[in-house]
Amino acid sequence: MNEPNLNLWIIPVLPLIGAAINGLFGRRFKNSLVSAVALLFTAASFVYAVWVAAQWWSHTNPHIESLGDWIWAGNFHAQFAFYLDRLSTVMMLVVTGVGFLIHVYSVGYMAHEGGYYRFFSYLNLFMFFMLTLVLANNYLLMFVGWEGVGLASYLLIGFFFLKKSAADAGKKAFIVNRIGDFGFLLGMFLLIGQFQTLDFDPIFHSVSKISPEIGWGVLTATALLLMVGATGKSAQVPLYVWLPDAMEGPTPVSALIHAATMVTAGVYMIARSSPIFSRAPHALEVVALIGAITAIFAATMGIAQTDIKRVLAYSTVSQLGYMFLACGVAAYSAAIFHLMTHAFFKALLFLGAGSVIHAIGGEQDMRRMGGLRRMIPVTFWVMTVATFTIAGFPPLSGFFSKDEILWKTFLHSHTLWLVGVITALLTSFYMFRLWFMTFFGDLRLGEVDVGEEAHKALAPAQAQHTAAAHTHGHADDQTHGHGGVHESPWIMLAPLVILAVLSVVGGWVGIPEAMGSSNHFEHFLAPAIQTPQVAEVGQESAHLELTFAGISVAAALIGFFFAWLLYYKRPELPDRITARIHGIYTMVLHKYYVDEGYDLLFVKPLLALSTRVFWRGVDQEIIDGTVNGAASASQRIGGGLRRMESGNIRSYAGWVAAGGAAVIVYMIWWGVRR
Amino acid sequence: MNAWILTLVTFIPTAGAILLMLLPRNDKNIRWTALIISVLAFAFSLYLPFAYSSESTSFHFEVNVPWIGQAIHYHMGADGVSMWLVLLTTFLVPLGVLVSWKSIHDRVKEFFVLFLLLETAMIGVFLALDMFLFYVFWEATLIPMALLIGMYGHERRIYAAVKFFLYTMVASVFMLAAILWLYTHTQPHTFDYVEVRKWLAAGQASAGAIKWLFLGFFIAFAVKVPLFPLHTWLPDAHVEAPTAGSLLLASVLLKMGTYGLLRFNVGMFPAEAQRQAPWINVLAIIGIIYGALVALVQPNLKKLIAYSSVSHLGFVVLGIFTFTQVGTDGAVYQMLNHGISTGALFMLAGMLYERKHTYELSAYGGLATPMPIYATFFLIVVLSSVGLPLLNGFVGEFLILNGAFQDKIIYGALAASGVIWSACYLLWMYQRVFYGPIVHEENKSLPDINGREQISLWPLAIMALVMGVASPMFMKSIDFSVGKITTAQKIISPTDNKAGALNSGNPVTAENKE
Repeated sequence: MNEPNLNLWIIPVLPLIGAAINGLFGRRFKNSLVSAVALLFTAASFVYAVWVAAQWWSHTNPHIESLGDWIWAGNFHAQFAFYLDRLSTVMMLVVTGVGFLIHVYSVGYMAHEGGYYRFFSYLNLFMFFMLTLVLANNYLLMFVGWEGVGLASYLLIGFFFLKKSAADAGKKAFIVNRIGDFGFLLGMFLLIGQFQTLDFDPIFHSVSKISPEIGWGVLTATALLLMVGATGKSAQVPLYVWLPDAMEGPTPVSALIHAATMVTAGVYMIARSSPIFSRAPHALEVVALIGAITAIFAATMGIAQTDIKRVLAYSTVSQLGYMFLACGVAAYSAAIFHLMTHAFFKALLFLGAGSVIHAIGGEQDMRRMGGLRRMIPVTFWVMTVATFTIAGFPPLSGFFSKDEILWKTFLHSHTLWLVGVITALLTSFYMFRLWFMTFFGDLRLGEVDVGEEAHKALAPAQAQHTAAAHTHGHADDQTHGHGGVHESPWIMLAPLVILAVLSVVGGWVGIPEAMGSSNHFEHFLAPAIQTPQVAEVGQESAHLELTFAGISVAAALIGFFFAWLLYYKRPELPDRITARIHGIYTMVLHKYYVDEGYDLLFVKPLLALSTRVFWRGVDQEIIDGTVNGAASASQRIGGGLRRMESGNIRSYAGWVAAGGAAVIVYMIWWGVRR
Repeated sequence: MNAWILTLVTFIPTAGAILLMLLPRNDKNIRWTALIISVLAFAFSLYLPFAYSSESTSFHFEVNVPWIGQAIHYHMGADGVSMWLVLLTTFLVPLGVLVSWKSIHDRVKEFFVLFLLLETAMIGVFLALDMFLFYVFWEATLIPMALLIGMYGHERRIYAAVKFFLYTMVASVFMLAAILWLYTHTQPHTFDYVEVRKWLAAGQASAGAIKWLFLGFFIAFAVKVPLFPLHTWLPDAHVEAPTAGSLLLASVLLKMGTYGLLRFNVGMFPAEAQRQAPWINVLAIIGIIYGALVALVQPNLKKLIAYSSVSHLGFVVLGIFTFTQVGTDGAVYQMLNHGISTGALFMLAGMLYERKHTYELSAYGGLATPMPIYATFFLIVVLSSVGLPLLNGFVGEFLILNGAFQDKIIYGALAASGVIWSACYLLWMYQRVFYGPIVHEENKSLPDINGREQISLWPLAIMALVMGVASPMFMKSIDFSVGKITTAQKIISPTDNKAGALNSGNPVTAENKE
């Protein structure tokens, strides 16, 4: 076949060049030049990606391009090679598109921060790794992107490295991700053992000849290990703990890395590996279960948070749970669909939250916000769009993608569906809670004395956030009064408006048959995905599907109603309720004490073991004690040796030289004699 | 050229050392001369990879002339394994000279004389193909190293130097005994590695003898590596050694141990090596995890790096004793990687010491602000050590773990946990040095690294990237020679398949023709 040369490598390499230029020389550049470089290379990458997509749009087969060998040892061989099919096309467009918008926004948002060049260099570096991840032709190169985005995430979470909490959060993210990567690595070794390669095409080709595993075989083990990797990257139970802390990073980072792109890598990886997962039904069930648990568990934690970014963080974890759930019921295209719409509306939510924070001088606690809708109208409107989208109101994009997942889940398991619907209700509730607390009522900046204990428990980071001068450029201008609340500049608002439009219309590509369209999105992705042959549950009636869509909308409305009641109509109620259920509330407020539990179960014992048993005990007492004992014993025996212990090392060297000479003389004599 | 090149590379530093002894005591001239000599040695060694061609015999650039009597020969030769280790040595010595530029200000002449003599001895170890010659070079590394620690080290330098000397000296005696036994039993008597290997392959030695011979070599090398539980000399030696000493100790001297394991233990006694592999692998894996956990809680930067070496070298030993082509290839690659990344870590630690005269982590914190360039180099090196893909460490680690996994799943799984531990101790260390607020007022004015220091770091950073991206450049010759070392006799690893369908774990097979 006569394939065009698309030079796919250009797409990731363009932002890498930007990162290198800013990283090496940015310190001497003016801010405007730094952002020009960063934006130029990201934009170029986006434009080129669009061109590439247009070239390959109509093809159903993957397009593969190789740059050369990376590792070749024994019979193991891995190349720098790129793989373009419809799945990677979607991912590539989302990453470059949303990534570019967030770069634009950052120009405004970061304008007053120190380390401007560092920020954009890291951001571009992230784009490089993320695009490598989605365009890789084999698992190993995917792993390059996989670890690389982890690095970028580490650097960006810890961007305000003077704060201990930021540095801690960055480290935590990297290490927790490494735990996932451990699974990914072992999964790759199993693949090598079985297929002698890590290239997608040959593996999927071989796999497609295997019939689905009934029990717990190699494919299931492989799938589960890959899933461990995905739970780390996509912040699923039990490895989700790093994501809420990751909110220490600047808000554009939260939008790009910890909402729209990087955290969805796990979902992408599972969808990419659909031929394997689809033949490992047990693994799929585990994926679905983890997704459902994560979705509802994180949603409950979202309810009690008062830091606007943390609410969104738990919401992201919860939404990623939906995507896992979709993968688990083998509705990979629904997962990717939701991945895409989520990228739009969650990026919008974060950037909107950033605009709010920007407007009121760095405050992140929603209890100090309120009534902002008239002061920052554009931000208010785009946030409104985003909130209704995530809550699942038709005809916004979130409605279609979430509904697709719920419907496919229902066909698979009614229990999981129910969990999904309850999560939808909770989502609607905490999102409208955020909406009402932020934009309605009266502005409470500086008025509300947030309970000291709660404050400390909730957001240790944010306490320092407002205190640290560098966190936001507004610390020194007089914008803290109400009159100082100001709308963000257009360089920040423009990306918001574009994302708002995408949040509205983005779901229309996937309107299901039951609603009179033909689910273009699913058909588009179909060639890149393999679903289990154990057929979908026939053709359930379109009528039933519509009924279920109605149930989802009802759930969203109920959530809205309670949020309205508690945070608009009768704002004194929440306090009374929390007082009534104080025990449960405290537990939720403290995020079920999971972090504390991990600390108590793993971190502390490990440190104690390492210090007391291994280092002080084994190393110093047992081994060194034995060695030194033996040495002093021999010292007592050999009087001559005492001289060297006394410190005259040169004389010792002399002894050795003499000894060596003696040996040589002896050898010569011996050799001659024979 | 080909017959002379190895001799030239090996003894240029010796000639330089003699020249230095003759020069008057002008520190500046001494430094520059040492630098030029070491760069010269490096330049000559660069000839090796260019002239090397994989598709011919086992050893290249061979010289073999009688030296002492008829039995002891000056037999030198390089293959894909030793060649790169020699290059690693000649590459690092000039950097070692650079980092000693200011930090050594007392007895400068003696320092560089010892340093260059050490270089000759180390290169000799990798190139010697006569076991007597090998032993001479092997012991010859001890003296300058012990003197470097003892004369130029820190407070407890004498204790450390003696401990280093005794540990390795005692262990070497076992190797000497093994070498002598082989000499007396071969017919005709020979120290020649190639001849002895043939003799052993022909099945001339009894199983009992082979077992003892194996152990004799093994002890000497295991101490050098160092393999758990023989590692306790290392942290002390490192903490007390001057920067350049730590650099060569970690980057090259430890590799002599793993090189010996591969060349002698596996190369000469393949069947015995396979028989003994299980417990060796267990020790290696303990070393990986134990070293990392102890590194995690070290309050002293240099000790932390030293224990991380125990962990990293555990990977190398594991790779060698998996008896898979990928695992062993990875082990050799990891020897080079560890030389680059840990060498760089010690150099970086030394630069910090020059500024504040302490290695205690608690004395630092927040250095990213006053020392941004230094912080960036440090980060790159940490990432290379953590095994981030596209940097060198990943390639070696991945291949080793892959080999281990195909050998026995449990080996791979346990050892792979090392990727988590290394992230823990290195990132935590990095955080304690560079992040957070500056707690000690005087650290605010610490000067960033200067031009000379940057020049000494750039080559390492570049190599970390090159070796991470373009591994086939190095791996081709390594792969070939590893095949030669491990397959001359019939070593077969019938990879036992724990997972049923898992087959073909890249066993090194006898079919790899000579």
